[in-house]
Amino acid sequence: MSFHRTFAIVIRQFYLIRGSFSRVVPLFAWVAVDMVLWGFLTRYLNTVAMPGFNFVPALLGAVLLWDFFIRIMHGIIMAFLEDVWSRNFLNIFATPLLMSEYAGGLILSSIATSTVGLAVMLVIATAFKLSFFVYGLMVLPFLLVLFLFGISLGIFGSALVLRFGPASEWFIWPLPALVSPFVGVLYPVATLPHWMQWIARFLPPSYVFEGLRAIVSGGTASGWALLAGGFLAVGYIFLAYGFFSKIYKSALRTGLIARYSAENLG
Amino acid sequence: MEKTLSIQGLRKAYGNIVAVDGISFEVRPKEIVGLLGPNGAGKTTTINMVLGVLCPDAGTIQIEGVDVASNRSQALACTNFAAVYTPLPGNLTVVQNLRVFGLLYEVKNLSKRIEELLQEFDLDVFRNKKCGVLSSGEQTRVSLAKAMINRPGLLLLDEPTASLDPATAREIRTGIRQFVRQGTSGVLWTSHNMYEVEEVCDRVLFLSHGKILLEGDPKKMPAAHGKKTLEELFITVAREPLTLGMG
Repeated sequence: MSFHRTFAIVIRQFYLIRGSFSRVVPLFAWVAVDMVLWGFLTRYLNTVAMPGFNFVPALLGAVLLWDFFIRIMHGIIMAFLEDVWSRNFLNIFATPLLMSEYAGGLILSSIATSTVGLAVMLVIATAFKLSFFVYGLMVLPFLLVLFLFGISLGIFGSALVLRFGPASEWFIWPLPALVSPFVGVLYPVATLPHWMQWIARFLPPSYVFEGLRAIVSGGTASGWALLAGGFLAVGYIFLAYGFFSKIYKSALRTGLIARYSAENLG
Repeated sequence: MEKTLSIQGLRKAYGNIVAVDGISFEVRPKEIVGLLGPNGAGKTTTINMVLGVLCPDAGTIQIEGVDVASNRSQALACTNFAAVYTPLPGNLTVVQNLRVFGLLYEVKNLSKRIEELLQEFDLDVFRNKKCGVLSSGEQTRVSLAKAMINRPGLLLLDEPTASLDPATAREIRTGIRQFVRQGTSGVLWTSHNMYEVEEVCDRVLFLSHGKILLEGDPKKMPAAHGKKTLEELFITVAREPLTLGMG
């Protein structure tokens, strides 16, 4: 692994974001809108629901964590798509860059961009009286599990774009929306039909949101469940990386990498 | 001295279409080799395989003695390329692109090297301009600067002067020849400009239907095959390879 080559991917993303208003705004604008919307909704629910239950940590906190997960996933996809949009595959993959260095660069870029979104969400959440202290130290494993799963989904999405071409990016953006009904972001997993609950067991975020609700209800989050979620998320990273590597090797065999830039085969 | 590029029995097929058919050749240090042939002859496929972005079906590629298949990163560290169909990202400035690719090639004293290249390719005035707003000729010069950033042992140039005006093209040719004479690098150069090939290349390989039909000194080859010019020989290879008795 070369630090310089990984850093090259990160600095490329930094240059792009620094020089582009249209890249800076999405880092925080949509999550900010989401927080404001859910902030007012939870405030309203607190006025009409039975006294004693606070919707802010249950719903607004869940939305914040879910948006953090989406930012991580989108951070990786965005960094990858920059190479697709600028038809840069041939330039970049004809260098000594290793696949692990490329993936590392995408992940570091995503950490940087999603930190901006997280910071903005925390500021807005504070305005709606949401404090992470409610969750105690469990907030750290919550964030970690979602971070790991966001990485895995980002790498998986990138592999799909590599395999099916630039137009397939429209498959990728809604991936979190496809996952969300199963993981119980806003409701307990027990609400779901049996088959959906079965799928939820294999999705790391469901352990996070179940843990969050347990804390808000006055109980404790299961450390073992979160550990299981963490292991699952790490497993998905390996699976996603393996999938990406397989697609990449297939693209080298078929000439897809070269054709992303050069349409002819000489 | 070790060969800069050594290719043995290289083959690539796309389904039933054989793009490169068991070719073998080498590029020696300080040598500029022209890879010529009509469209679809297999030139770009060959270059893509050397660059490690396309896996051959058979054969081996060694760059400075390092096998591309088994040690890709190390092999590619001592090569670089510029191709007319692969401009650098247009949303980064000239300096930003050179910095990103300098980091990818782990160039020592990168800032100094970037300044040298800006002067050498007359790009200083465009240093903070986004590559996408440059003219095609200026973009080609940026691509060439990127191709030289790591002082590669093997330089691959796929129609490097295709979009340049004659004066700039001549300057670029002179610069590349100087780069080769001063160091130990070898160059594999494709071009459809036979005047350029004759001026620059020490040796040429004629490719047709994925096979090497002819090889030799571009200044002597036309006469040796009963043709007046290299262009005439090229047209014969492209249209009537069998008349050369080698098809």
